[in-house]
Amino acid sequence: MKINAQDWNLNQIAPYIWRGQMEVGQLLALAYAVKEEGGQLQALWGSDDRFVGTSRASDARNSPLPQAGEGQGERGAGYAIHVAFHAAAGLAWVSVALAADAPHYPDLAHIFPQADRMQRATFDLLGIKAEGAIDDRKWLRHGAWPEGTYPLRKDFSAAPVRELDAYPFIQVEGDGVHEIPVGPIHAGTIEPGHFRFSIIGDRVLRLEQRLGYTHKGSEKRFEGMDLNTGARLAGRISGDAHSAYAWAYCSAVETATGSSVPPRAEWLRALFLEIERIANHLGDLGYLGNDVALAFGFMQFWRLKEDWLRLTARLFGHRYLFDRIVPGGVAVDLSDAAPLLAEADRLEAEVQSLKAIYDEQAVLQDRFANTGTCKPEIAARLGLTGLPGRASGQAWDIRAQFPQMPYDKLDVNMATHRKGDVFARSEVRFAEVYESLRLIREIVRQMPTGPIRAELTVAEGVREGLGWVESWRGPVIVALRIGADGRLDRVHAHDPSWQNWPLLEIGIIGNIVPDFPLINKSFNLSYSGQDL
Amino acid sequence: MATHLILKKIFNTGIVSEPAPEADLSLRKREQELHADILKVFGQAVTIRHVDAGSCNGCELEIHALGGPHYNIEGIGVKFAASPRHVDVLLVTGPVTRNLETALKRTYEATPEPKWVVAMGDCGCGCGDVGAMFGENYATCGKISSVIPVDVEVPGCPPTPTALLQGILAAVSKRN
Repeated sequence: MKINAQDWNLNQIAPYIWRGQMEVGQLLALAYAVKEEGGQLQALWGSDDRFVGTSRASDARNSPLPQAGEGQGERGAGYAIHVAFHAAAGLAWVSVALAADAPHYPDLAHIFPQADRMQRATFDLLGIKAEGAIDDRKWLRHGAWPEGTYPLRKDFSAAPVRELDAYPFIQVEGDGVHEIPVGPIHAGTIEPGHFRFSIIGDRVLRLEQRLGYTHKGSEKRFEGMDLNTGARLAGRISGDAHSAYAWAYCSAVETATGSSVPPRAEWLRALFLEIERIANHLGDLGYLGNDVALAFGFMQFWRLKEDWLRLTARLFGHRYLFDRIVPGGVAVDLSDAAPLLAEADRLEAEVQSLKAIYDEQAVLQDRFANTGTCKPEIAARLGLTGLPGRASGQAWDIRAQFPQMPYDKLDVNMATHRKGDVFARSEVRFAEVYESLRLIREIVRQMPTGPIRAELTVAEGVREGLGWVESWRGPVIVALRIGADGRLDRVHAHDPSWQNWPLLEIGIIGNIVPDFPLINKSFNLSYSGQDL
Repeated sequence: MATHLILKKIFNTGIVSEPAPEADLSLRKREQELHADILKVFGQAVTIRHVDAGSCNGCELEIHALGGPHYNIEGIGVKFAASPRHVDVLLVTGPVTRNLETALKRTYEATPEPKWVVAMGDCGCGCGDVGAMFGENYATCGKISSVIPVDVEVPGCPPTPTALLQGILAAVSKRN
């Protein structure tokens, strides 16, 4: 794989997905090359590799090196740091083996600032340290497990504790500055997190987020799980992006085991992903109206969303398509496309009529425009991705640029905008609803007949794989390793909210506090997805 | 101006609201003392505070859906409020993470008596495969009733808005 005109000696494991092992020094060089080329760091995580190849953590420490899964090189019997870079040629998943005692690697946040929270989480969960990082405050550890113990280490056995959770927020000082602490329990029906506003009057000088409240130990739960159950858990990393996670997980499993999926199943997976995208965008467009006191907009869009969900349940047996994507294919077929096509036509006309009203509504336009702005320059510097990224000139959409089957046959039109404000994020949502409706019609038209599920190939030895899917929110990554016993050994699920949350801190600066709910909703980031 | 477009759209859409479902009393997990007496005062008007105690946000999708026009919850006296001090019912989704255990307990304590707790979802109720998948571990305490007393459990992953409404109504129904 070439990045910045240099060959990095990576192996291709799936379309547009590359895999390699390297030394610490090479990792930094690669990071600079990706940066130079205009790429981004997408995900960073760690793993405890001390027992790889043995069936249980309690087994002898002198475990054999992993048998080769596709694209896997040799690994030390310590820990590893993994980074997924998004480059012009695709996604590069690289790993660096680290020592078993005091594992550390050089800070990457000075090159890609979005690495900051991922590095802190990696330390909290595995005790792998980013040397030279400016910010080494805890992130996911709120005092529920003792300092110096690390839950994702295979030999972790600490009993839960209830430590006082002191967190040093950055103080803003000066005449007239005061703080508003909000959360973790919020006033509306949203997920929990803490927001610390430093303000003068109504004007926000700074927002600092503290997340991690919904940390459920999901990655630990994967350990030792069978491959089918893992798909159900993956889909519940962030429930609103269920199909995206389930697809990413299944494609990682299929890569790892060298299994093939019936073509019709891949088309149905794309159908589910677009249905999920439309449902979420309709809900968000309604809430954006609601947050500028246009209750009409909320009621209309939620009427449409409810109709959409009911149709989904009628066709596929679940309003949010939970557990419909399974390893080896899908669990349910589309028997009659007519109701779906009819609803797609009706929905398109309805959304167009509502867009005409949103476009005409002066109060709505006034509140949307120039609110919560992330300019393309700062978006690029801090790695804004997915839907908010596209609204800030970051033209990346896996479906368009790195199309896996069946998107390679669909020629997806990417929606972008350059203004980076609430208005732009709303425009991108409208455009994506129309495009997803077009894709649904195309999928129905082009979808081949045939079986919808195949048995997974039984693979010997330790295997790994990675799936990369454009959820409605942005690119989701699931990277995993299957142990020699055929069960999950390590699964990391990455939500685009990791890199987008810090941009919300930027977008709010200079805005007034009452606009925060609107700006927050226009990003609509996942808490559960990043808290894991 | 958008006003005439809005009025036209409202007129053309008509009313989509549906009749409320019956309370599902089988979802009740405990009977509080004086239940009937309290309800003489409340009637069926009930105010709810939602608490996400660690959910995957799937349950939240359905709580949002309940606010849409099909369900017309305010029309049957059900209303969501911002502060626990203003409510009769806590609607809690889980599993309860250890990072939110204290916040959930404080929210419960801040809710004035008499109060009801409705646990929502397989994780929150600790039932089914999904409840087992998200059982107790280093990061979670498991189901809601392991942290605060629960009156009604509405299982499902996620439960539909109708099932949720049946559970909320069961909490405050005068019937036994």
